Amino acid sequence: MDSQNTSRSLDLDPIHLNHPTDLRALVWEGNQFLSLENLKCEPWAVRHRTFAEARPLPRHGLFAQVQQLIRPGAIVWQLVFSLFLSVACTANGQEALSPALKNSEQQRIDAVARAVPSAVSIFGPGGNGGGSGVVISADGFAVTNFHVIQSCKEFMKCSMADGNLYDAVIVGIDPTGDVALIKLLGRDDFPAAKLADSDSVQPGDACFAVGNPFLLATNFQPTVSYGIVSGTHRYQYPSGTILEYTDCIQTDAAINPGNSGGPLFNALGELIGINGRGSFEKRGRVNVGVGYAISSNQVKLFLSHLKSGRLVDHATAGFTVATDGEGDVRIDGILESSQVYRRGVREDDLLVEFAGREIKSVNQFKNVLGIFPKGWRAPVTFRRDGNLTTVYLRLQGVHAAEELVGVVSGNKNRPTMPPKKDPNDPPGGPEPKSESVDAKPIVTAPAGFEDMHESQPGFANYHFNRLNRDRVWSQFRSQCDFSAQTLSWRIVGKDQNGKSISIVLGDTKSGLKTDDDAWVLDMAEDLMPQMQSDGPAHLLLSLHMWRKLLILGPDKFGQTIYWGSVPARNAEPVDLLIATRDIIESNLLFNSRSGLLHGLEVFLDADRDPCEITFEEYQSVEELNFPRKLTVRTSGIDLKTFTIDRIEFLDKSPADKESVE
Amino acid sequence: MIEISLDTSSSRLMNPSTTRWFQSPQTSIVNLAAVFIWSFVSFFIAQHAIALQDDRSSPPASFRNVVRQVQAKMVKIVGGGGVRGWEPYQSGFCISEDGYVLTSWSYVLEAEVVSVTLDDGQKYDGKLVGYDPQLEIAVLKIDTNGLSHFKLDSAVPARPGSRVLAFSNLYGVATGNDPVSVQSGVVSAITKLASRRGAFSTAFTGDVYLVDAITNNPGATGGVVCDRKGRLVGMIGKEFVDAKLDTWLNFAIPIDALINSVSEIRNGSMVVQDRSQTRKPSEPMTLNLLGIVLVPDVVDRTPPFVDRVVPGSLADKVGLRLDDLIISIDGQLCSNIKALEQQLEYVDRDAKMKLSVRRGREFVEVTINPTATSSN
Repeated sequence: MDSQNTSRSLDLDPIHLNHPTDLRALVWEGNQFLSLENLKCEPWAVRHRTFAEARPLPRHGLFAQVQQLIRPGAIVWQLVFSLFLSVACTANGQEALSPALKNSEQQRIDAVARAVPSAVSIFGPGGNGGGSGVVISADGFAVTNFHVIQSCKEFMKCSMADGNLYDAVIVGIDPTGDVALIKLLGRDDFPAAKLADSDSVQPGDACFAVGNPFLLATNFQPTVSYGIVSGTHRYQYPSGTILEYTDCIQTDAAINPGNSGGPLFNALGELIGINGRGSFEKRGRVNVGVGYAISSNQVKLFLSHLKSGRLVDHATAGFTVATDGEGDVRIDGILESSQVYRRGVREDDLLVEFAGREIKSVNQFKNVLGIFPKGWRAPVTFRRDGNLTTVYLRLQGVHAAEELVGVVSGNKNRPTMPPKKDPNDPPGGPEPKSESVDAKPIVTAPAGFEDMHESQPGFANYHFNRLNRDRVWSQFRSQCDFSAQTLSWRIVGKDQNGKSISIVLGDTKSGLKTDDDAWVLDMAEDLMPQMQSDGPAHLLLSLHMWRKLLILGPDKFGQTIYWGSVPARNAEPVDLLIATRDIIESNLLFNSRSGLLHGLEVFLDADRDPCEITFEEYQSVEELNFPRKLTVRTSGIDLKTFTIDRIEFLDKSPADKESVE
Repeated sequence: MIEISLDTSSSRLMNPSTTRWFQSPQTSIVNLAAVFIWSFVSFFIAQHAIALQDDRSSPPASFRNVVRQVQAKMVKIVGGGGVRGWEPYQSGFCISEDGYVLTSWSYVLEAEVVSVTLDDGQKYDGKLVGYDPQLEIAVLKIDTNGLSHFKLDSAVPARPGSRVLAFSNLYGVATGNDPVSVQSGVVSAITKLASRRGAFSTAFTGDVYLVDAITNNPGATGGVVCDRKGRLVGMIGKEFVDAKLDTWLNFAIPIDALINSVSEIRNGSMVVQDRSQTRKPSEPMTLNLLGIVLVPDVVDRTPPFVDRVVPGSLADKVGLRLDDLIISIDGQLCSNIKALEQQLEYVDRDAKMKLSVRRGREFVEVTINPTATSSN
């Protein structure tokens, strides 16, 4: 004891390092903690409880006085005293604990009760590695970290708090963002976490992590650790790997090895992030009060892409930025082959807004860019000489496809746990033993689920890609079935100036005729020279592809994969299918709600703008649902909109210049 | 009444008159009365507590505001270091409206340019006003006005069990206008630290708040610990390994312990002296002549702990001992071995020299008189 001190001086005995437990209990109220000190009534309640339970009384203080006071007639007085107190307590005891206190405590209990059932504990094969995850939909889709499932095979075992062990299959992987999607099997009524808007989270908000730290959940019960949000929109540099945490949430809730991939919940028990990383340095691989969670909003943006079964890449904008002397964010490097360059944006232009978010620092730009998957579309606003320009960008990928395959298969650039000195270790459970693909045990699918996994290069699980592609196509085909219309198509209508245009689309030849001129595209001849010439060759090629797709369907059309959901310009979100026929790549955009084909983008090569056609005002023509209005970009002629008056299916199949005339 | 009920240690109830009143009566009537009075008092407290607590159930926004208001007073400091695991950044906080910033005294501040970034992202060059190596604090001045700041004299004390918030730029995670990090925890104890030599030590010898949150991370030193209302409680100390337990501890220095030194620094009494214009003597004093062997200078900024005193030497005669930490020579601060050696270059080997030394928790001043000794 140190007499100079009003408080107890501490001999540094580890036993004394615990918290004074009576004041440790936290209560949260709405989004904040209230302390028992603030609530005031609790110490009173504690005293009476202590008295009633006749615990050893302190030698000093109130109890001692009361005890001395009642010693003479001990039994009688104690009886009277406790009787009176118990009456007082019963009458007011509940209220004394205060409804607000009880309510806030109950809210916290409810939030944990709501959240815990959705948590998943993942165990690697043979007890090697493992981590956490969280179910986000009743059909069993669960999010975790890429580095958690890296040591697992295509199928894995997951435990949940209901005491069951479920089989799960890998669905999609985002190696850059350290996210993986798995699907738990065997139920369609899994308890699922509700995804909150992580942009509404603020420093100081209560939050809690649920997971499998140190792989403790061998009894299937996950661990809950409470804390607060320490920071939002944090950027964490790649740590010697391609892993990059952007726009993430920082928390002081204990995030330890094994918590990786597990959920971070807000005070209401809604999912705000996926715990995946901590700042570790000198103190070994344990929590140092600094954990990072991938934001739930990033997960939302990537979700449909992960469901595509692909190895998902992140987006890049084609330019880099730096802060100038005045603190403005300017372009300091731009790729001349990029779309943004083709839109006229140049070095030194000021970056004002990206995807609707104002950009004020380099980290902010990295944060905003980092939450989007490759293929995303976003408006970007620049300023030059005081003039604002907004361009609409189709975002390219950060990595080459082979690079991602390499990372995932573990042959190169494998994001292993960096050595201890690295400040940004992913706390991914005990480090999986180094293993190559060959060393992985042969896949043994659980009985009844053999068809849930399909291997294909570039995919984590091709089964889910096929599933989604077929879903999108069958939804479209149920409304627009052109499979029988194998004859040539003649489409007659007017351009934006009311001038008549007629287009004929055939198996090998397609043509377009206006009042003054006519063009023909012959698919049997070398394509590239035809594309170099003036005229609407690119448009004709696109329409040719469109007809072929509608007749053949994605399977016969070429290699068609489901990409994910992306925003469409001035329209509802679309499901994107990417189809490659011959060497021509086409983006097919299906309205996610109606299922109708909304847009088509046909690329001659990646460094040139595609021909974009938007299909609108679907109407029934000869019992076929057909778009009445086409909007065209990069047509080669003065054609911007094309209103269709009629469509004919010609007996004569070869469409040539004569037939157009 | 409410205040009394809150105080769990309850010593305030033990004022002499009350005690006497309780002890003196022997009659059961008075006893009974006392019991009833206490019961009513308790009843009243309970009733009152409900009302009070209802008033206090503030909307969620208020706690966010507390956090935000404290963050606005914090600065991010970037300076020297950056090699061999010495992070070139730390934390600090504004203590005046006109640009005074309090932070930890460390190698970070020994850089040519120390940049101070405010919460809003405005970046300034920080001028070192002065420092106190015993408390390990330094005051910087930036050329601006109208800062959100803490008033040191309105800092509040904490006690074991007090719930606190810690604000710092740990791991340098915040840059530009990013707000600093906030953590929550409890004061576990008020105690003195068992420091050891070398890295992860502290020169501070007074009482500190031990905190259960992991506050003392790289870059966190110079941050603040506040109560739940955002009132200043202490300054986060350095990364620290306890000498007895060999384990990392998290601590903050009570603001009370710093106030005097901060005002002395601001008044210019602990200024950093520029001696580049001072002429060096042709035959300066050396450690060899003094008979002092310091600990090996293995890490940058090794504090000048005495490792050995040569028997019969000048140092031995004035009673210097193993483990003494040399704080200053002739009033010139020397925070590390290199600085000490530089200071010695300005001392003539025949001149009297005053040494300030920290020995355990004591401060000792000795005067070395080379000529007197040699005549003996």
